[in-house]
Amino acid sequence: MAEFTLPKNSKVKPGKTISAANGATRKKKFQIYRWDPDSGRNPRLDTYEVNLDNFGPMVLDAIIYIKNDIDSTLTFRRSCREGICGSCSMNIGGTNTLACTKSISDFNSDITIYPLPHMPVVKDLVPDLTHFYNQYSSIKPWIQTNTSAPSNSERFQSKENREKLDGLYECILCACCSTSCPSYWWNSKRYLGPAILLQAYRWIVDSRDESTNKRLDQLEDSFSLYRCHTIMNCTNTCPKGLNPAKAIAKIKKLLVSRLT
Amino acid sequence: MNIKLLTPLRILISASEAVRHWWAQRLTAVALIPLSLWFVYSLTTMYSANYETVILWLNNTTNSLLMLFFILSLYYHAVLGLQVVIEDYVESDWQRKSLLLLIKIILSIAALGAVTAIFLIYMEF
Repeated sequence: MAEFTLPKNSKVKPGKTISAANGATRKKKFQIYRWDPDSGRNPRLDTYEVNLDNFGPMVLDAIIYIKNDIDSTLTFRRSCREGICGSCSMNIGGTNTLACTKSISDFNSDITIYPLPHMPVVKDLVPDLTHFYNQYSSIKPWIQTNTSAPSNSERFQSKENREKLDGLYECILCACCSTSCPSYWWNSKRYLGPAILLQAYRWIVDSRDESTNKRLDQLEDSFSLYRCHTIMNCTNTCPKGLNPAKAIAKIKKLLVSRLT
Repeated sequence: MNIKLLTPLRILISASEAVRHWWAQRLTAVALIPLSLWFVYSLTTMYSANYETVILWLNNTTNSLLMLFFILSLYYHAVLGLQVVIEDYVESDWQRKSLLLLIKIILSIAALGAVTAIFLIYMEF
């Protein structure tokens, strides 16, 4: 059966509280999931009270401040700090999003931060995305052709055909959508999940790609694609405002329409 | 008859297992909207009718045909829906396969019973 509760050694216990907001007028409490694989202890929720005047406006600014000035053991991924690398995806205030583009002022009360849900945790806020990346490579996310390329130019695409990739090419593979999907929680072994299916569709509709049928064949089983039950968490949570659910629906339609 | 009207059924027959499941679930869902409205409406008109009246009602060709479609769509849709639940939550391969077989057998028997009843009532007069 699918597992609905956390195993005993994964139950989150209360952790330490550190206040670093002495006399501040603008204070905020961050409750952050902590887990150290070397300690052998259960994960815990540490609370950091900080002075908002000490750093920038985004959640990522806060956790960078906490790591630099309060607790250097706090572990998380980040790189571009402008929503284009997809490294700092985490569960903030109950929603998967990018810490770098999420404004602290969006929250009235304490801010809780967990790693992306239902993924193996490497440490603290760092999930293990190996399986997610393997699934991405399984859809062969590159152009596949049978014809040889034009000798003096690249493979051209009309403006209309290029427009079909809008809303797809912007995906940064942060995994916010896939890890928000209950179907992906229960069946990630065989279900590809919204992020990978959006990418699959990105290559299916690319006018220059010549493996469309092969790509559709690969998705035509009960699990890879059809575990999507239009729950729509993927679309709700996408920090880039994309619509993976729509891409999946279009793949389903193509699988039927190619039979007519 | 316009051949295009048969396209949904042709897809149903030619599709692979996975695509057929998705397509059939949508076809039966659409069919069930008017059929269940008709069924509920018929029940309300016969709220206080006696046994003979109901039997006579079902003996009517239109009614028995609609009833047949209603029963078949309903049970087919039920099997497809239960299949989704089982595939979603039962991880072990043999458990999933035996449960699927079990619900298919049980619901087929129920559907067969209903269809036989409709047929017998229709033939009696």
